[in-house]
Amino acid sequence: MLRQEEGSRAVAESVALCRPKVISAYPISPQTHIVEHLSDLVRTTDLSPCEYLMVESEFAAMSAAIGASAAGARTYTATASQGLLYMAEALYNASGLGLPIVMTIANRAIGAPINIWNDHSDSMSQRDSGWIQLYAESNQEALDMHIQAFRIAERLSLPVMVCMDGFILTHAYDEVDIPDQKAVDDFLPPFEPRQVLDPAEPVTIGAMVGPEAFFEVKYLAHAKQMQALDVIPEVAQRFAIDFGRPSGGLLREYRTEGAETIIVALGSVLGSIEDVIDEMRQAGIQVGALGIKSFRPFPLEEVREALTGASRVVVLEKALAVGRGGIVSTDVHEALHGTHIRCNTVIAGLGGRSITRDSLHGLLERAGRDELEPLSFLDLKTELVEHELERAHRGTPSGPHEQNILNEIGVVAARPH
Amino acid sequence: MPYQEIKLYQAGTFVAGNRLLDPDQRSVQARMERSNTLTSGHRACQGCGEALGARYVLDAAMRAADGELIATNATGCLEVFSTPYPESSWQLAWIHSLFGNAPAVATGVAAALKARGRDDVRVIGQGGDGGTLDIGFACLSGMFERNDDVLFVCYDNEAYMNTGVQRSGATPPAARTANTKPVGGTAGNEFGKGKNAPLIAMAHEIPYVATATVAELRDLEAKVERAMEMRGARYIHVFVPCPLGWGSASRDTIRIARLVKETGIFPVFEAEDGQVTSVSKIRRRVPVEEYLKLQRRYAHLFGDPPQTEVIARIQERADRNIRNFGLLAGADEGGDLPGSAADVAGDTPGQDDPSRTAEQETNLMRLMASSPHGPQ
Amino acid sequence: MFQVRFHGRGGQGVVTAAELLSIAAFEQGRHAQAFPTFGSERAGAPVTSFCRIDDHQIRVREPVSEPDALIIQDPTLLHQVDVFSGLAEDGYVLLNSSQSFEELGLETLIAGLRPGRYMTIPATEIAREQIGRPLPNAVLVGGFAALSGAVSIEAVAKAIHEKFSGSIAEKNVRGARAAHELVAGALAEAAHA
Repeated sequence: MLRQEEGSRAVAESVALCRPKVISAYPISPQTHIVEHLSDLVRTTDLSPCEYLMVESEFAAMSAAIGASAAGARTYTATASQGLLYMAEALYNASGLGLPIVMTIANRAIGAPINIWNDHSDSMSQRDSGWIQLYAESNQEALDMHIQAFRIAERLSLPVMVCMDGFILTHAYDEVDIPDQKAVDDFLPPFEPRQVLDPAEPVTIGAMVGPEAFFEVKYLAHAKQMQALDVIPEVAQRFAIDFGRPSGGLLREYRTEGAETIIVALGSVLGSIEDVIDEMRQAGIQVGALGIKSFRPFPLEEVREALTGASRVVVLEKALAVGRGGIVSTDVHEALHGTHIRCNTVIAGLGGRSITRDSLHGLLERAGRDELEPLSFLDLKTELVEHELERAHRGTPSGPHEQNILNEIGVVAARPH
Repeated sequence: MPYQEIKLYQAGTFVAGNRLLDPDQRSVQARMERSNTLTSGHRACQGCGEALGARYVLDAAMRAADGELIATNATGCLEVFSTPYPESSWQLAWIHSLFGNAPAVATGVAAALKARGRDDVRVIGQGGDGGTLDIGFACLSGMFERNDDVLFVCYDNEAYMNTGVQRSGATPPAARTANTKPVGGTAGNEFGKGKNAPLIAMAHEIPYVATATVAELRDLEAKVERAMEMRGARYIHVFVPCPLGWGSASRDTIRIARLVKETGIFPVFEAEDGQVTSVSKIRRRVPVEEYLKLQRRYAHLFGDPPQTEVIARIQERADRNIRNFGLLAGADEGGDLPGSAADVAGDTPGQDDPSRTAEQETNLMRLMASSPHGPQ
Repeated sequence: MFQVRFHGRGGQGVVTAAELLSIAAFEQGRHAQAFPTFGSERAGAPVTSFCRIDDHQIRVREPVSEPDALIIQDPTLLHQVDVFSGLAEDGYVLLNSSQSFEELGLETLIAGLRPGRYMTIPATEIAREQIGRPLPNAVLVGGFAALSGAVSIEAVAKAIHEKFSGSIAEKNVRGARAAHELVAGALAEAAHA
């Protein structure tokens, strides 16, 4: 049913349609509206049977999810940023134990400095945790991806995180089509665990594994994620047939045919990018975009195929590997290995700084003129940082950078002596 | 010959063993049909108190649950020695997740069972003192606070044993551990640190809290059975000697456990909804030295010269427990609980107060109830 | 695409106002997007929200920097925030105040705007009368419907019923309609003047 709805609520509704039996929830901005709405749905028994656990931390949220999933219940939780880090140990545990938990990440920057706004540093920091990572471009895709996620997770016995940009998507009202219960029930049969805690057939789960076997067990986890490269598009195809719209999958090409410059990105910024592509194509500039939907596993082959034909690629990233540069671009570089396609990394939008169409337009123009550095920072206030670096270099007792910069831009009135 | 009455405490009867007891009253371990949940072949040390305690606890819980039991286990000695891949000593559905989350995993299992309409299946969580009192404490408290339907059992050997005997929040004063060595003029672990998990559990007002030792195994079983009769959050804290970590003889494990109770160092009691409901009295009180002398972790107290002031302080703490919990048999000696004003002031509690009953409301609970942050 | 920017303070329902407008547009079969900027969650802090309305799917995700219309829920912001930033020349401005722009000393700000496209209405007072609480958001959306024609008052009423329930919805609809009448009346008057 078509509705004008808040992204968070739409996701909550779609999760409820998947009939999770256990939801564990610890609130963190900007995920709160999702777990609040799910709480309402459980209390009114719109979602039933379902146990909603108000846990004491994100670590507890994932731990309870592990117990619930191991005991045979379809299980869901949601978090962001600091919360995701707080459950990091449990993330690896869940994937290592092969538990098909689905979790929403309302992408938010990681502190310090504390920041509640959107970027991808949180999910990027857990890219090696063994979880499948899907990135939604819109609220419609976010709600669709959750339905697909449960199916992917249970098929592979692997946990899946669905990433959606915090505030930008979670708190935006958009037109969404929320499927009906029957359609979701047909698409998502009841959970049949591969391994379950059952007194009738007792098993020991979570034993210590030494050097003689750990390597093989870990390799198998990798092999399973690689299988996802087939399962994810299969499920997306099935979804498109059953629900009548394309959603999810490994990646999405936007006007890449004949494109000389292709910009690669994840998440909601693709919406703005597509507007800019249309504008520039109108003016005869051959640009296109590649949206990566599945970041883990990383679809090397498919990315390579999509980018072949371009002269240059710009990878726009909402996360920064401090001391190194890009994260997604590292994987894209590998996909382009052996080709002569130039690849530049652009870090943008950190801590919720808006990425405007104007900036994107300028960026793509500079790319077209090959004026981009291998690594650059979109709309970074360079004079501010240069000033601060100079001040530190001079040896002036300077205090924390955040304080100085906030003084400079006038947010904070008090000045150090 | 004169007839002499000999009361044997394990059975609570005048007979040896329990074969003349009602079948219902016999120890689970005495039965052929016991689950043998933690079966032989595990790699625990000789004389391991935790292995002994876990065997009794799990078999009693399995019997009470008719075999419908799922266990979660924290990282630690018990988990490590019982599951050396590819072998497992566990004969029940069992999961080990992480060090600090056994209570939360248990919460999740209980929720799943409820949602699946299977709350006939019971849940038990277990861990050592490190996993329960320190790193798992937030999860434990959360489980208590929500009154999740989980029995959590802590096997307390008073240090992080599996990693090499480091100090935990349960390590008693003056004990030697790998990082509280009596060097540089110190006398082992400092006084004034540590936390009392059973009292903290009681402060959550959960349905059942009990302490027990592996010296009174029938008592331990009975407490597990009692706990399993109830629903909601329940906690049993079991004192389990560790010969390796404590430097005691493996044959002394049960003896040491008996002495820790008989000195008053470890009060053995039960509580329901935040109130102490029964106390296991000391039968023959002994001075703390008798307990301390058996363990090399206290050897530095008996050097030349002996650290009599330290021993005296340990004795003081034991004396206070005896007063506060009314641990001496015969006298209904009531007393103020730790932390109450009278206790701090060092007042001598009233003797033979006829108005005091076995079921005492604790001063601590009263204090909490009257404070703005107390129970509503 | 028609872009609206709302300005107000935390606790005045600025976020809800944008959502209401987007639901109203949706009710009329158009595409709409509404979202807030976020600062500290604190009553009294400046809050900005946005609504975009279009006949095609809206894909862009950035704050509205060049609004076609401004709805200002709190006049005290005018001295604190550059609310008029980026406003189109033929843009609309609806300001919540019982005083006129001139009385507020804002002649310069409205100097470049087209007549009939800017107005002040005492939305807080109307809200107090009709709703019993000084929450001017739904009232302003009703007034805005008349000022800009971007949505109809019926669509606004529908949106209010979707967001609120029972008597709260009824009262807010009354307030919105009252503002709509007021603005429509003032525009008609000015046209005949």
